[in-house]
Amino acid sequence: MLIIKDLHASVGDKPILNGINLEIKAGEIHAIMGPNGSGKSTLSNVLAGRENATVTSGSVLYQGKDLLALAIEERARQGIFLAFQYPVEIPGVGNVYLLKAALNAQRKHRGLPELDALDFLALVKDKMKLMEMNESMLYRSVNEGFSGGEKKRNEILQMAVLEPKLAILDETDSGLDIDALKIVANGVNSLRAEDRAMILVTHYQRLLDYIKPDFVHVLVGGKIVRSGGPELAHELEKQGYAWISDEGTGVAEVQPKS
Amino acid sequence: MNNTTSTLEGIISQEYQHGFETLVEADALPRGLSEDTVRVISAKKNEPEFLLEWRLSAYRRWLEMTPPEWASVHYPPIDYQDIIYYSAPKSQKDGPKSLDEVDPELLKTYEKLGIPLHERAILAGVAVDAVFDSVSVATTFKDKLAEKGIIFCSFSEAVQHHPELVRQYLGSVVPVQDNFYAALNSAVFSDGSFVYIPPGVRCPMELSTYFRINAKNTGQFERTLIIADRDAYVSYLEGCTAPMRDENQLHAAVVELVALENAQIKYSTVQNWYPGDKEGRGGIYNFVTKRGDCRGAHSKISWTQVETGSAITWKYPSVILRGDHSVGEFYSVALTNHRQQADTGTKMIHMGKNTRSTVVSKGISAGYGHQAYRGLVRIARAASGARNYTQCDSLLLGDKCAAHTFPYIEVKNASAKVEHEASTSRIGEDQLFFCRQRGLSAEDAVSMIVNGFCKEVFKELPMEFAVEAQKLLGVSLEGSVG
Repeated sequence: MLIIKDLHASVGDKPILNGINLEIKAGEIHAIMGPNGSGKSTLSNVLAGRENATVTSGSVLYQGKDLLALAIEERARQGIFLAFQYPVEIPGVGNVYLLKAALNAQRKHRGLPELDALDFLALVKDKMKLMEMNESMLYRSVNEGFSGGEKKRNEILQMAVLEPKLAILDETDSGLDIDALKIVANGVNSLRAEDRAMILVTHYQRLLDYIKPDFVHVLVGGKIVRSGGPELAHELEKQGYAWISDEGTGVAEVQPKS
Repeated sequence: MNNTTSTLEGIISQEYQHGFETLVEADALPRGLSEDTVRVISAKKNEPEFLLEWRLSAYRRWLEMTPPEWASVHYPPIDYQDIIYYSAPKSQKDGPKSLDEVDPELLKTYEKLGIPLHERAILAGVAVDAVFDSVSVATTFKDKLAEKGIIFCSFSEAVQHHPELVRQYLGSVVPVQDNFYAALNSAVFSDGSFVYIPPGVRCPMELSTYFRINAKNTGQFERTLIIADRDAYVSYLEGCTAPMRDENQLHAAVVELVALENAQIKYSTVQNWYPGDKEGRGGIYNFVTKRGDCRGAHSKISWTQVETGSAITWKYPSVILRGDHSVGEFYSVALTNHRQQADTGTKMIHMGKNTRSTVVSKGISAGYGHQAYRGLVRIARAASGARNYTQCDSLLLGDKCAAHTFPYIEVKNASAKVEHEASTSRIGEDQLFFCRQRGLSAEDAVSMIVNGFCKEVFKELPMEFAVEAQKLLGVSLEGSVG
């Protein structure tokens, strides 16, 4: 589904990603862990197409196509979803309005008829139950006045409604208490599917207790320095990132089994 | 970040969509303004003596006045002798009795604008008094309104058929010497709309006028007078677009509203005159005096405006809260893009006891747009218990535009409560990225964010107007992203 080859990217003049190699197949969940400043968020942004990071070399193939050539909204319409680390507030725009506009923009792109208000509401309310969200949140402005936990749940609600092919969850666990974390994890787990891949970007092992990844990659200094199974996350939790950075050498080319 | 800026610029830089000119033979006076011009206009319109005298007094006052220079707008001096002060479509001479008699060119113009008169009027239940250039060409639903005793006609007709009402109320809210442009308008106004709602009558439909400036170099001087008698209610819609042209055009309208005891007037405007091209060439100078007088106790006047057009806007729809317990409201969305300039706001003059006013102003600046909110809240000595709430928000797109706020507050009664809130924000690169990441195009995203920003004002507009206004904002911002 996604093949990243020797990806280099900078923010401003500063190189952040220094040769990422990663392959992700449909149905897989990959966790990307790493210390602050290792390039995790930049990788998420580059995949989603945010313009503050510039790709300097390398390639990204998504469903066989050159992902980097696509505009942000094109990527979204072809099934790439980014759950934001800091969900954005949009005053005056109802949450339900954004969701409907987004879903219908994507449906239109796929040649599907737009959903009318009734069908859409039925769909959204169904997904909201899963996220244990109060319906009143539909009619509030996007993320305005939402608590940290509500914002993150709202992100996963959007993911549930939009049903992406490749979901990137950028530190979705940050700022969540344990109850909210369980709800969010539950939502994410319910979206696991044969034809859907996910990338979990996180600092902590904690999230991975609830969402079990197939692979764990450790990102340090803009490179994947270690890849393994879920046990790698536990080891990191015990020993800290210094353990890997100190090792220095082990740049692992990731060849996940299919 | 650079990319985003250029994206915003893309959407903003979309060209005006209503630029076309109708080929109608114009019956126009030569350029220039003198006492004779005033006399000819009055004679052409077969006006009674009192009106000619009124015009002449305005003209004489105007000669002694100078254009206001305090507004935060810049333009070369206007040569008032280079303007044609009267032009009427020739086909109007015999006066069309029905739409069938209306010049097909005119009808086509409306169709291009998406307002086929008959269909729209019937479907929407809207009576349209269409002002094309300076003379009304078609008025619908008049009979239905007449049953209730409502007078809704062109100003010229009102002068002919209801001179006593015109005489009683004309200039009673905006006196001839009020300001330079109002004096000019009073001297040379050509036509406009007149509405009278008799006591106790609730106007059963939204009244609507589509203004259109057409023949080249014809300054347009509309005069509108709306009177709601005791316990009456009326909602009036004014919407405008204008054809593309190169030379600046002066538009100096005057609108007067009078609300007697317990009466209510809701006046909504969508203004989309030609704003000039991307470099600021051409476009309408929109120097308008709009004022309402809450003359009776418990009366209410609401102004709602969506201003996206014109090269320069100078406009302060105001309410004089004379009657005790009267209410004034001003809801405004103003958008300046490219090289547009706007100095707009309101005046709330509290004179009666327990009077209340609300001001919600949303300014959007894009491109090299330059915008100022200028608002006066005056609480007179006698206005005990007066309250005002003002909220004034500015939204900036890109980094070359400007927004200013000039609030003036004068309070002479210690029991008054006056609140003023102001904010300035920018459409964030992160908001745009977020919306696009969800699959919206950049243009739809900007449109959605801007519409969200304007929501409090749009909800004050009548339904069909609100939809139009949202589309208009979208269109006006297109090209600022991408």
